Amino acid sequence: MSVSSGTAGRWSLRVLGLGYILLLLLLPLALIFYKTFEDGISPPLEAITSENGMHAFKLTLITVAIAVPLNTIFGVICSLLLVRHKSRGSWLIDAVINLPFAISPIVIGLSLFLLYGSNGWFGPGLEEAGIKILFSTPGIVLACIFVSLPFVVRETVPVLQEIGTEQEQAASTLGANGWQTFWRITLPAIRWGVAYGVVLTTARVLGEFGAVTIVSGSISGQTQTLPLFVAKEYENFSLPGAFGASVVLALLALATLLAMNLLKRKEDA
Amino acid sequence: MEANPAALPTPSRARAGIRLPGLGVGLARGYVVLYLSLIVLLPLAAMTDQSLSEGLGTFWDQVTTPQALRSLELTLIASLIVVAINGVFGTILAWLLVRDEFPCKAAINAVIDLPFALPTIVASLILIQLWGPNSPLGVDIAVTKAAVVVALLFVTLPFVVRAVQPLLIEMDREMEEAAASLGAGGFTIFRRIIFPNLLPGLAAGVALAFARALGEFGSVLLFAGGLPDTMVSSVYIRQLIETGNETGAAAVSVVLLLASVALLGLVTLFQRWGSRHERSTATSAAAGVTVMPLSGEEPAKTREDDERE
Amino acid sequence: MGISVEGANKSFGDFQALNDVAIEVPDGSLTALLGPSGSGKSTLLRAIAGLETLDSGSVLIDGEDVSTKPTQKREVGFVFQHYAAFKHMTVYENVGFGLKIRKEDKQKINARVHELLDLVQLHGLADRYPSQLSGGQRQRMALARALAVEPQVLLLDEPFGALDAKVRKDLRTWLRRLHDEMHVTTIFVTHDQEEAMDVANQLVVMNDGRVEQSGTAGELYEQPSNEFVMSFVGEVNRIGDAFVRPHDMEVVRDADQSTVEGMVQRIVALGFEIRAEFVLGDGTEVWAQLTRSELERLELREGQIAYLRPVQAKSFNGETPSESQGASTPPGSEDGGDAEVTAEAV
Repeated sequence: MSVSSGTAGRWSLRVLGLGYILLLLLLPLALIFYKTFEDGISPPLEAITSENGMHAFKLTLITVAIAVPLNTIFGVICSLLLVRHKSRGSWLIDAVINLPFAISPIVIGLSLFLLYGSNGWFGPGLEEAGIKILFSTPGIVLACIFVSLPFVVRETVPVLQEIGTEQEQAASTLGANGWQTFWRITLPAIRWGVAYGVVLTTARVLGEFGAVTIVSGSISGQTQTLPLFVAKEYENFSLPGAFGASVVLALLALATLLAMNLLKRKEDA
Repeated sequence: MEANPAALPTPSRARAGIRLPGLGVGLARGYVVLYLSLIVLLPLAAMTDQSLSEGLGTFWDQVTTPQALRSLELTLIASLIVVAINGVFGTILAWLLVRDEFPCKAAINAVIDLPFALPTIVASLILIQLWGPNSPLGVDIAVTKAAVVVALLFVTLPFVVRAVQPLLIEMDREMEEAAASLGAGGFTIFRRIIFPNLLPGLAAGVALAFARALGEFGSVLLFAGGLPDTMVSSVYIRQLIETGNETGAAAVSVVLLLASVALLGLVTLFQRWGSRHERSTATSAAAGVTVMPLSGEEPAKTREDDERE
Repeated sequence: MGISVEGANKSFGDFQALNDVAIEVPDGSLTALLGPSGSGKSTLLRAIAGLETLDSGSVLIDGEDVSTKPTQKREVGFVFQHYAAFKHMTVYENVGFGLKIRKEDKQKINARVHELLDLVQLHGLADRYPSQLSGGQRQRMALARALAVEPQVLLLDEPFGALDAKVRKDLRTWLRRLHDEMHVTTIFVTHDQEEAMDVANQLVVMNDGRVEQSGTAGELYEQPSNEFVMSFVGEVNRIGDAFVRPHDMEVVRDADQSTVEGMVQRIVALGFEIRAEFVLGDGTEVWAQLTRSELERLELREGQIAYLRPVQAKSFNGETPSESQGASTPPGSEDGGDAEVTAEAV
């Protein structure tokens, strides 16, 4: 800050900025850890290892395991399309991909609810075929795919743009075909961007609440993901369960932050 | 597989780079369009359809019920307040993270993303602990309008910080040095040199934060609750769903959807505005690809040709 | 406004950028700080401007110690290698910036900006944005901007470094003419010795954070104080302890005690001069500068053996450089004394 503020200015900025973070982010976070283990580790531990708790945990993991790979594949292919094979419709694809950033999760949940509901366009047909979307895992997965759609694309596109096409052209002149070039040249070059996008996607899927609430009906032990479990426990005044599950999710969030940081450095390197 | 691996791109159509592995470009496009339609567009279309299923009259009625209006007003005003506050604090934080040195800076930088990474329902819970009935600070704002504001402040903070940070990192320090050599003091430099160059990015970040605030659900749910006065639009929509009023829910949702789309358009506009005077970001903006601020990573540096005579 | 720097020291972490540097810049002169990358020249310039603070030492402008004054108050005009244009402002706003923040009235600003734009030949481009200008135009705008507030001192940091060769040459001439008109004390930093010798009346050669020598172009060329200056300012051949300028290297067909044997490796025609590259018996590579007529007279071909005689040489053993001159007389000369060869402009 050599050409700008004096020391007094600098200190007041620091107090303002860091104080704000302390109050808004750090204190609440610290408090939840404290509150959860206030009476020792067993109440929260018991609550989350209960049948419902474990089911919620498993369901969340299953959702991640399905939604994240699907969005990753989509993300890589779509990025390649947007950067290397631009067309007149690219702006539209780009715009649609950005939608999940700006739409309320409740709206997302509702739109799925209406599409696959018994009065919806797909609902009756799927019912007859015996496929259950709503109040079941597929619905949850679809909701999570919707909300986490943009991340891999958003992170991969700038990396693709930056690396340029020269390396790929060089590979072509050396005889590599499309697949070889992709696998050996392009993919390694974009891997940290993709990894970063995957981490963001995973975090989003893990934590999705609003959309999943609507499509799943939050049926305990059946269609409850971990975030839904937190809400249900809280509403039932079962605080250890709510806090315990929250701590698990908070720890996963912190792990996500760590991964984000490490990957960010790899990306910049 | 490629028929002619040694073919260099033809200059006439600037066909840059590789063909997609195994698929033709056409197939890839089809896949992308199908995926997007199935996942995003069809559900939204179905919802719009439902909202109009009982006619425009009903649509309008549903959107203008007293509670609908009250919620909308609360949502809008709270969101405006929040983006104003976070616009200022977000810029301050971005400044501190880029231009200042202090202990634990890397940790603070990471923590900024906490609202991105933390499930919103957990955010609601932790806010209640600090600012609710059992608050150690003795402040109880649970189930009030203030709670809405605090929850939205929490979730939208990263948007502004991460929008401004790359701009500050990339900013040409020599412009500031030049201004100093011409006699400008610290505040003048900020006002006339730094801020104008930050503004487009800041505006884009604010628009995105606003969109997020309008639709926020999880963090507000437990903390602000569902009283008529503290019910934001998303909570109201859920209430409509639970009471079986699918058309009403769809109608209010369509209103929120339109607002989201409009805001996204604004974001793109701001980014084009920002790249007017640059050449490096102009390439990505011109490519029609919006660069979303997601975290504090360095912006992609495209090659700048300096010598153009 | 003369400038002097005394006892300047500056380090960045482990790296010592300036090591007890002292220079004198007379009022109204055009001085070049010349040296390779890392020599400290930019650091010194920025320290004069106040953009770097010295660890120790002082900067005096017009006799006044400004070491503790911030940049804003030093009234120095600074021009950056990459222009530092205010991207979000028009050319007019850029040039008028210094005046605007001094709250001058609009008409005065208008008059002055247009006066300067005419001076730097950017007339008519006032409403353009820097991104719409070429590199050379941007640099001229930067100069106009710096001059607008009538600085005591003009500092230019590798001002032509980002431009290509032809533009560089044009702007060089233009800068000298500008200085002739305006007489502002000017210091510019460059690593290009040709540029320095062409433009400046005083050169300060720096290396490794130290001042090696300062003086006029002629002085540095004719009487370099050490090996570094001699090789940096002008071309040089090294034969053992002796340093010989290529145009002081005479080529003859017949050997005698004063000559050295060499084989022609390559003959290159570079514009008006011919460069004949030789390899000596011990493997040393040297080159001699010849005129076309000399080349024809000698009938030199690649692979031939010829004989080289340094007409003038310098060696730097110990502190004082010593000179030696070729002992033989050129054929046809009446003198029988020292053979004097005029230094050709490099």
